[in-house]
Amino acid sequence: MHCWKSTGPWSWFVITLLPCRGSDKCPLCRRVVIAVNIPLMNTSESEEDSYNERSALVQAESPTMPPYSQDTELPRPVEAEAVRRRPTADPGASDRPDRAEAERESTAESEDEEVTLKYGAKHVIMLFVPVTLCMVVVVATIKSVSFYTEKTGQQLIYTPFTEDTTSVGQRLLNSVLNTIIMISVIVVMTLFLVVLYKYRCYKFIHGWLILSSLMLLFWFSFMYLGEVFKTYNVAMDYPTLVIIIWNFGAVGMVCIHWKGPLQLQQAYLIVISALMALVFIKYLPEWSAWVILGAISVYDLVAVLCPKGPLRMLVETAQERNEPIFPALIYSSAMIWMVGMAKLPTAAEPADQDTDDEGQISDRSDLERSQGAPEGQVVTGREQVFVPGEDQEEDRGVKLGLGDFIFYSVLVGKAAATGEDWNTTLACFVAILIGLCLTLLLLAIFKKALPALPISITFGLIFYFSTDNLVRPFMDSLAAHQFYI
Amino acid sequence: MTTLVFFGCTFIAFGPAIALFLFTIARDPLRVIFLIAGAFFWLVSLLLSSLVWFIAVQISNKDSASQQKGLLIFGVVLSVLLQETFRFGYYKLLKKANEGLLALSQEDTMPISMRQLAYVSGLGFGFMSGAFSVVNILADSLGPGIVGIHGDSQHYFISSAFMTLAIILLHMFWGVVFFEACEKQRWLSLAVVVTSHLLVSCLTFLNPQYEGSLIPAYLIVFLMGTWAFSSAGGSLRNLKLCLTCKDKDFLLANHRPR
Repeated sequence: MHCWKSTGPWSWFVITLLPCRGSDKCPLCRRVVIAVNIPLMNTSESEEDSYNERSALVQAESPTMPPYSQDTELPRPVEAEAVRRRPTADPGASDRPDRAEAERESTAESEDEEVTLKYGAKHVIMLFVPVTLCMVVVVATIKSVSFYTEKTGQQLIYTPFTEDTTSVGQRLLNSVLNTIIMISVIVVMTLFLVVLYKYRCYKFIHGWLILSSLMLLFWFSFMYLGEVFKTYNVAMDYPTLVIIIWNFGAVGMVCIHWKGPLQLQQAYLIVISALMALVFIKYLPEWSAWVILGAISVYDLVAVLCPKGPLRMLVETAQERNEPIFPALIYSSAMIWMVGMAKLPTAAEPADQDTDDEGQISDRSDLERSQGAPEGQVVTGREQVFVPGEDQEEDRGVKLGLGDFIFYSVLVGKAAATGEDWNTTLACFVAILIGLCLTLLLLAIFKKALPALPISITFGLIFYFSTDNLVRPFMDSLAAHQFYI
Repeated sequence: MTTLVFFGCTFIAFGPAIALFLFTIARDPLRVIFLIAGAFFWLVSLLLSSLVWFIAVQISNKDSASQQKGLLIFGVVLSVLLQETFRFGYYKLLKKANEGLLALSQEDTMPISMRQLAYVSGLGFGFMSGAFSVVNILADSLGPGIVGIHGDSQHYFISSAFMTLAIILLHMFWGVVFFEACEKQRWLSLAVVVTSHLLVSCLTFLNPQYEGSLIPAYLIVFLMGTWAFSSAGGSLRNLKLCLTCKDKDFLLANHRPR
């Protein structure tokens, strides 16, 4: 296998991780696969054996392989009769550059796996860092800008039932009803998109996505800036503001939908996930938010693993058609693996994992609809970030759907929003990271499409409620007496 | 005063730990993962001990202050014991995982040695423990207020910061000694580690008499530090070689290919 990809074009609303079975044209990543024999390491070329994820976290130290370092002048060319073909990419293809990549043949797949093993831990960290950054942005905003924690009573139209009721039972009922409505909207959106895809209405989807990202980049960031200025009492005039927002938004659109430096694109994706999460935190009522978080992880689990789930259907359709994936809302830390190159460009090296969240598309569409604007799902080109296309051998990066970012940040943000306690926030943060780690572990063990939300959200919820109710009084009493445990 | 105190206390409490993290752990993804897993284990142990304490408080007499204090002391002791139990559990898990990894990767060497794991997991425990102890206090130190206006000690913030530093370093040393003791089946060392942890926590019952708690705590830090250093393979000779940059093994190991 040479890549881990999301399940087809619907990666943006399904968190799935799917290993690519190398064939002559990989259906998911659209790469022409050429068998190449590259003895990478001195380990024997055993037959294709499945490897366990635990080994993927290992940096296999092969004596002949230099320790992984920043430079990628790997000594592979020495013994490699590596015939790495240049990817015959078509840069003209709008958001879906087809890149060929050299594929090691099956006898050398174990070497491929060895290499993947070696860098498995690096992938986990490559996901930890952006998730952490997004959460930090959300928590920092929540703690400083009071706008996002003020409850004005205004709610999304998808959560019509108010929680301002007298009895606990009624409140619970209302939140459950809100959740049911929200989840059914998400399901409907997902099915709608499946239908659109099935009937090849690509232009419609494209337009939808572009409109959606326009709204996020311009309107939400304008609102956010406004609130930040209010909090810090910064005097700002409209012309300056217009210039700032215009630049921010235009560069964002270019980076996300077309080409741009990798880190800039990553930064934009993190920022828009944070903005989205902040909007959710503001507009979802208290109890509904928690129930929705729980329900969406269950939905994700069901939709990805059940045979009749919409996400599975999408995967199958995409694979049948052998079509390239839509530019989806995926955070990509794509790395380039250069063989024989003297210098490494800004990014690092290859590995592929795609996790995408399905709920994300419908959520965002819901939200935007509530703002009255036509919906579109923001779509990012998956691997369009590298400008120097000629020198790319493989373009494999770890990918995580932005929906995951959003829901993780919602959970941590809500933990930060409730009260003065930082312990709860910390506990949720650690729980989510561990959940992500376990998800990647399971991915490598099972090697099939897996949802990325359930484990993290479950851990996060457990730790939120238990820390808030059990640990907080304990730690407060300890701190009052200055006892240390 | 407030921002000054905040930054000062933050750097006192977390400075060495963050420096250790940045210089030794941040570059290696595997170590970062195990650090966070260690933090998670500490968190779970805290959760369980809070649960037990909470239940005990609910069924007790909430008006009697002495009873509440007694329950708190009981909570502290239980928490310490649970932390050490979870450290042992983490050791067992790491041992199993390492054996599994070794078997699967067809390599002769483990990707990360047990000693590195001991250090990293100890630091993970320390980070989480320190963070939970002091972050709320630091957040409060940013805001307006007068320390000790009701007759409590004036040195609340700074003593908390120093105590946190001691705890973080201690956790790291305990981790190293603990894993080493488990590897070599030296149960006496294990018992000494647990006892010293209990001792340090019980010393904090003497707060706000900081002479009684901080000074012995730092003494124990120093002792545990030398013990951990020697159990990790250090000696005076090694130290001299390292400090005078004559240690050939270290230099060779850190040689980076250009």
